[in-house]
Amino acid sequence: MSTSSTDVVVTGLGATTPLGGDVASTWDALLAGRSGVSRITDDWVQEFPAQLVARLAVDPADQIDRVRARRLDRSQQVAVVAAEEAWRDAKGAESGVDPLRIAVVIGTGIGGALTLLGQDDVLEAKGPKRVSPFTIPMLMPNGPAAAVGLAVGAQGGVHAPVSACASGAEAIRWGLDLLRFDRADIVIVGGTEACVHPLPMAGFAAMRAMSTRNDEPHRASRPFDKGRDGFVLGEGAACLVLERGDAARARGARIHARLAGAGATSDGYDLVAPHPEGEGAGRAITAAIRDAGLTAADIGHVNAHATSTPVGDTAEAAAILGAVGDHTLVTATKSQTGHLLGAAGALESVFTILALREQVVPATANLDDPDDDAAVQALDIVRREARRTPLTAALNDSFGFGGHNMALVFTTA
Amino acid sequence: MSTRDEIQAGLAEILEEVAGVTPADATPEKSFTDDLDVDSLSMVEIATAVEDKFGVAIPDDELGGIKTVGDAISFIEKNQ
Repeated sequence: MSTSSTDVVVTGLGATTPLGGDVASTWDALLAGRSGVSRITDDWVQEFPAQLVARLAVDPADQIDRVRARRLDRSQQVAVVAAEEAWRDAKGAESGVDPLRIAVVIGTGIGGALTLLGQDDVLEAKGPKRVSPFTIPMLMPNGPAAAVGLAVGAQGGVHAPVSACASGAEAIRWGLDLLRFDRADIVIVGGTEACVHPLPMAGFAAMRAMSTRNDEPHRASRPFDKGRDGFVLGEGAACLVLERGDAARARGARIHARLAGAGATSDGYDLVAPHPEGEGAGRAITAAIRDAGLTAADIGHVNAHATSTPVGDTAEAAAILGAVGDHTLVTATKSQTGHLLGAAGALESVFTILALREQVVPATANLDDPDDDAAVQALDIVRREARRTPLTAALNDSFGFGGHNMALVFTTA
Repeated sequence: MSTRDEIQAGLAEILEEVAGVTPADATPEKSFTDDLDVDSLSMVEIATAVEDKFGVAIPDDELGGIKTVGDAISFIEKNQ
């Protein structure tokens, strides 16, 4: 049986985000310091304390066929867009891999919320006979994974981890395990979310989790900054194509990076509040570094989960400082993308891979005045401008309501 | 009362909207599943759209018997 020494590589990347409709435009916008956040202008928002959102830069309805799109929830549409880009990037269709050995793992935090809520409106207004026959396949949280599986013809298993904002990272870890256990030869992994609607907005606002800096949309998401007051809800998807290194090299695939290790823990502390010292988060980071066969000193860069909530960012800073140290270059890209919930870990893994490949750490936007917290002060958080630096290993961490902690370690190809 | 031609044209519009069928392909001899690639869930949507457009409800036990575009035209013509 294969073990953690199995060489797993990333041969495809795909994304559609508030910064761009694909990986290249998203990465360019990130390095240029652009913000994907805007203020909602719809009438319904007037009573809402938090009125900001990071909408997709490109509507998925413009990227996929109309008839196909109308049978897919928006969370499925964006997953398909990102997966098809990653599959093209990996030249998956030309790989000759047996469909029975292709697997898919796509996580989501909430699933087909827009379909659920939209069809409930239909039910209330017009009665049960008018509810769409596609309601269930569009709202089920495994729907995005199933839609991606159909898009690439995967017959080796389709899976859908659900762990709130850690879902995308958890999907990547499942993909790593599938390859290590030789249960597939190619795995498309990723995360997706599209739930910009009054109900989730009201729910998060009721938790006092969202930024209310309504008059300054571009400055609202400010991880680690003293003035942060909550996250900004974003939508989008990101996917990676994973395979074993020997097979990828044998078919001449371009290797973006290696997926060297993963760690997963749970807090066992509170349903939604993070452990104040980031104890479980730190354990996940340590586990991922050990799984990669590395030491903390090797981790030159951390793409932090840092959502811009007051308690979350300081807990994470303590975890990173304790498990990695003050030498690592930290960045928080949600400052520009907003928080893509179940897609966050996948998108930020794409950013981590590109940082390794391009040897540059993107800056954290809006970090004007770092928090007085001792751990935040001790960390080297990249701000104002991206930093070029030699990198060999980098880490992405993700945490979800429920006490889910995920960490992934990538190394240069 | 719509004529058979009018019903066919209306049905073709529904098929294009729901299933992406090119209107010229929606001819009476065509099988929904074998020729036009319309699946069972889309047939349910088509039945709902037919009720809206022609005021003709297609009961579930009749829907299974409608195999071709021509079957649908005849059902609508007879029940309108």
